[in-house]
Amino acid sequence: MSGRAFAVAAVVVIAGGLLVAGLGLNQYYYFAAYVVLQYVVLATAWNILGGYTGYVNFGTPAFFALGAYTAVVLIKWLKAPLLAQLVAGAVVAGLLGLAIGYLTLRLRGVFFSIATLALTVVLQTMFVNWEYTGGARGISLARPATAPFYGSYVQFVFAVMVILAVLAVATAWCIERSWIGRGFAAIRDNEEAAECMGVPTLRLKLLATTVSGMLMGLAGAPFPFYITFVEPASVFDLNYAVNSLAMPMIGGTTTWVGPVIGAVLLGSAQQIATVTISSELNLLLVGVILVAFVILAPEGIVGLVRRLSRRDPA
Amino acid sequence: MVSLDLLLNALAAGLLLGGFYAAVSLGISMAFGLLDIVNIAHPVFVILGSYAAYIMNARFGFDPILTGVLFTPVFYVLGVVLYRIYYASFERKGAESLRGLVFFFGVLFIVEVSLLLAFGVDYRMVEARYIGESIHIGPVGLAYRLLVPFVVGVMLTGALYWFLARTFYGRAVQAVAQDAFALRLMGANPFKVKSIAFGLAIATAALAGALLIMIGPVEPALNREYIGRVFAVAVLGGMGSISGTLVAALLLGVAESLTATFSGPSWSVAVSFAVLLLALAVRPAGLFGR
Repeated sequence: MSGRAFAVAAVVVIAGGLLVAGLGLNQYYYFAAYVVLQYVVLATAWNILGGYTGYVNFGTPAFFALGAYTAVVLIKWLKAPLLAQLVAGAVVAGLLGLAIGYLTLRLRGVFFSIATLALTVVLQTMFVNWEYTGGARGISLARPATAPFYGSYVQFVFAVMVILAVLAVATAWCIERSWIGRGFAAIRDNEEAAECMGVPTLRLKLLATTVSGMLMGLAGAPFPFYITFVEPASVFDLNYAVNSLAMPMIGGTTTWVGPVIGAVLLGSAQQIATVTISSELNLLLVGVILVAFVILAPEGIVGLVRRLSRRDPA
Repeated sequence: MVSLDLLLNALAAGLLLGGFYAAVSLGISMAFGLLDIVNIAHPVFVILGSYAAYIMNARFGFDPILTGVLFTPVFYVLGVVLYRIYYASFERKGAESLRGLVFFFGVLFIVEVSLLLAFGVDYRMVEARYIGESIHIGPVGLAYRLLVPFVVGVMLTGALYWFLARTFYGRAVQAVAQDAFALRLMGANPFKVKSIAFGLAIATAALAGALLIMIGPVEPALNREYIGRVFAVAVLGGMGSISGTLVAALLLGVAESLTATFSGPSWSVAVSFAVLLLALAVRPAGLFGR
């Protein structure tokens, strides 16, 4: 996809999203679509680190929750508007990303992954013990009485999430098209060789973890106003880790389209399954699909399509 | 002012807990430390062992330890099957590390959600005559529900140590950990040795699970707390050293027990992860590194 085509597509998606947000459909649709879009952001963010550089991050909940709790603190302390919450959430989660970037100096491969999981549990314990944000019981938050631009607040946060999703995908697209993306791929294939060839591996890894963390924090920041209740058990949910990893794996990890395809397919399927079957059963489905893809189609849907189109050049 | 009695009791409870942690971590020390298989799903198999003990106890009144021993062959087979899938899908293709990790993460999720579907989120426990009782030595009280897991955990560690150091297959496992290629040159099959070792690693989860449900009530998501603990113990113990695993498990048990007594139990989960992060960052080879 050329730069111009991508820009046009991005503008069309944003305009369409803002328009749909104004239609005033059944509120449930906005609720469900918000979750799918949130997964587009999370999966894309995960893929920038996990797919491009090959560092598997199990700590998505930590970044997501940090974004959400930053927003909680700002709401409670300053009654800050949503835009301020987004910026602050991204900055704080980005700083955590920078910190785990330095971890990659000593921890490669599986040790990095286990460390990110450890980080999630440590952070969760801290928030369980922090009374200011409600501790383990959680905290209820009041939205502003009127929503800007739209009839209801749910429509408003839906519109915000549309913009965030496009922003995340555009970030991934820009990275992929620049020398940074090629540097990431070099790290993924062979870090020592990349370093020897003069690729600034540490700086690139720090960039990857920071950007990935920022986007995850950005996905979490509107969460308090979306659901009006935040508790450690729900924002530190392991489902975020599994989903944000399964979606790129299913879609394909080497391009920006992969996570989007995975998030839309798996995210919508889960929303439908939650209503029609049960929320536990749809999680089971995610696990089975993830294992099936990692065994049978490690390149994801994008890889499958490529393989098929190569075999059949008609 | 810290009272001496409180400190002694916390220390004793920590040591007992540590013996149990050794039982839970042995499987990881073998799979991760010796075989390089990042079985992040090990704790969920421990939970599976707990539910086996729960069912046998609730339906037929079986003693949890007896169930644990009876189920080791079942878990062994489960481990062998799991290793075959893992080998055919990842190890043979040389793509084991990261995709293998994702595979086990998926397995963890599948087992956990299946348990959730079958038993719900309720806490389950077992009943046995001795579970509520304790013995007192001076000011220190030792509860049987901790003492029995400690004894069984230490015995299991000893048995595994003996197996690895003294038996033919045990030595083969150590050989495959050192150099699988050289093992092949000697005319042995690394695949066969590794599937036996991985089967044994999972088999320890049956017994560890029975101990877990004896110590306290169990629910499916409990395995996540243990991911940090088992990897902390395996890394701190020096990746595959069985005696190191026991020492690291005892240290972690004492550290957690002291934290729980003096700062509150809600902090004790974070201890293991903090230990793990620290060990990974400062001394990845562990205390008893090879």
